[in-house]
Amino acid sequence: MDVSEQIDAVGQLAVTMGRRPKVMVTKIGLDGHDRGSRLVAGFLRDAGMEVIYTAPWQQVEHVVNQALEEDVDAIGISSLATDHLLVPKLMQALATAEMEDVVVIVGGIVPDEDVVMLKEAGVAEVFHPGTSRDEIVNGITTLISEIQVGE
Amino acid sequence: MTEANKEFDAAKSAWEEEYATQVSADDRRVNRSGIEVKPLYTPSAENAENYMESSGFPGQEPRTRGIYASMHRGRVWSQRQLVGLATPREYNERMRGMVKAGTTALSMIPCNSVYRGYDIDEVDPLLLGTCGTTINTVDDMAACLDGVSLADMSVSLNDPLPFTLLAFVLATAKRQGVPIAAVSGTSNQSDYISHFVANHMFLRLSLEGSRRVLTDHIIYANQHLPKWNPISVVGQHMQQAGATPAQAMGFALSTAIQFADDCRARGMKPDEYLPKFTFFFDISISFFEEIAKFRAGRRIWSRIAKERLGAKDPRSQRFKFHAQTSGVDLTRQHPLNNIARVATQAIAGIFGGLQSMHSDAYDEVLSTPTEEAAKIAVATQNILREEAHLCDVIDPLGGSYYIETLTDEMEQKIVETMEQVADAGGMFAAVRDGVVQRMIGDSAVTFQSRVDSGEQKIVGVNAFIDEESSSHVAPLERPDPELISEQLTRFQKFKDERSAAAVNTALDEISRAGEDESLNLFEKVVEAAEAGSTHGEICERMRKEVGFGQPLIAA
Repeated sequence: MDVSEQIDAVGQLAVTMGRRPKVMVTKIGLDGHDRGSRLVAGFLRDAGMEVIYTAPWQQVEHVVNQALEEDVDAIGISSLATDHLLVPKLMQALATAEMEDVVVIVGGIVPDEDVVMLKEAGVAEVFHPGTSRDEIVNGITTLISEIQVGE
Repeated sequence: MTEANKEFDAAKSAWEEEYATQVSADDRRVNRSGIEVKPLYTPSAENAENYMESSGFPGQEPRTRGIYASMHRGRVWSQRQLVGLATPREYNERMRGMVKAGTTALSMIPCNSVYRGYDIDEVDPLLLGTCGTTINTVDDMAACLDGVSLADMSVSLNDPLPFTLLAFVLATAKRQGVPIAAVSGTSNQSDYISHFVANHMFLRLSLEGSRRVLTDHIIYANQHLPKWNPISVVGQHMQQAGATPAQAMGFALSTAIQFADDCRARGMKPDEYLPKFTFFFDISISFFEEIAKFRAGRRIWSRIAKERLGAKDPRSQRFKFHAQTSGVDLTRQHPLNNIARVATQAIAGIFGGLQSMHSDAYDEVLSTPTEEAAKIAVATQNILREEAHLCDVIDPLGGSYYIETLTDEMEQKIVETMEQVADAGGMFAAVRDGVVQRMIGDSAVTFQSRVDSGEQKIVGVNAFIDEESSSHVAPLERPDPELISEQLTRFQKFKDERSAAAVNTALDEISRAGEDESLNLFEKVVEAAEAGSTHGEICERMRKEVGFGQPLIAA
């Protein structure tokens, strides 16, 4: 898919929402490898989304606070070295902060067994290695649209 | 006989002489068809135009064909598989198995909590021991190495600044009655620059502070640890983060120049530190490109070490490197296909003339590797060496029109990258200002676009897609929470039983060295480790004294 089609799709969503969709791309836990998170942040930005990009090793509370302050529509967690095990705690903290309408996506190295665990905890989607730019950008656009329509 | 012929013949005789000191004359190898396989093939003296300038004999300038006269025919590469799991006791169990199997070199991967500078009681227990071993104290290191003498075993530590693991190893050696001068191995992950630009696993020391800590470490090793390689210059992180193979080589060589300049500024002589420089690279599946990368890198380093850095000792010109097959090339789809990818990468590394290798487990794209997958990775190296006979001939692709041309062209690209870095003020300044990070980020985007557009095909991902995956995948292995909990108890007990006064005094000494540059910071770390200080305490004190840095982020 051409980037211009993605820009159109994100543009339409922005009209519906009255502002550009806003996504936070971050890493929680201990790992620092950031090739994936940087690429994804760039893809989303190129497609016309507003991206809040953080340094790695964020603590769950900091992610929730920043997401609240920035009023983001989605949070993308990149995990390559088991940090995704903390995501259920993030989901809980978001629920406590009454932010259940924020779409949470995990990308990176996540074993199949853990995908089930993450989905049960409320994660909307898990993107594995090999996922294309189109799948990621379209997937996130759709997930945010669904939440917006649902409201 | 022309002058050129004489030069060729003299070099050849010198090589034969040196080779004979390394390999027995009985080492005769014959292939399945009965043809004798010689250790080296070259043009004849009459047809050797440009050969001496561009290739030369192995172990001789310009070292394109290898840093030793006999290369793998004389000594095969070391298998340095990364091992790190759960707690020190589990590590010890796995390690004993490897020693039984004949291993003479160990590698040690600490838990990510250690990378980040924390003790185990400072992080979420869910993450402990999932990616490496929780090593926080001298007792932990002694438990890891129980049953093995540091006098006989080379240890390769993934040990970023301020090198607490090495400090624990030295303290363990003293407990074993082994003089620290007998301890051998390498400080991997000592290249803080690569952590700043790429994988961000360092301990949050500032860039400027890191510079002092590393130089002190090199000075200490030079004075006290004759068998220790204090520095491993890393191109691997850059390439994994997106740099092209040529860029990664260029960045690594620029980093080595930076470290050499820093050592010289502290009064050391080139032949004191250069022989201890080692390198660490990625081997991607871009087969011929990788081989040419290593040949070109060897040639450039041989030249730079002599002409620019002032080396006189030939050992200073040797481009010793460890390489790891690239995880980025592995796919989640049909993971068993990764065994073929790893084998291909490994062959490129072998033909590239590496001294040491880690081959990836096929399942590392799914999870922390399982033991079964790790064994296949080792077997892959054994098959290539023993069954495929890849070690019989030195630089077997040397002389190929393609490889020689590509080596020259890669050299040009590498030198271009080095010039870009030099124009930005050298590696330290280029990293401080984000220049290198931007170059890597741009290359990562370019590569991903090639994959997304289908220009770069990846089997099972964007080509030859087979929905019905039949790949067998070993079950997930995670540390038993019970073991982690026991380790936490042991850690607390260690802290309760040590002398708090001795620990405080030792930590204050670190602070004092932080303020007084005539003192050696690493020496203070060694003393603190011996006094019972924990990894977290030492790192915390270092951060306070040398500054607290964050990586430069540009997305």
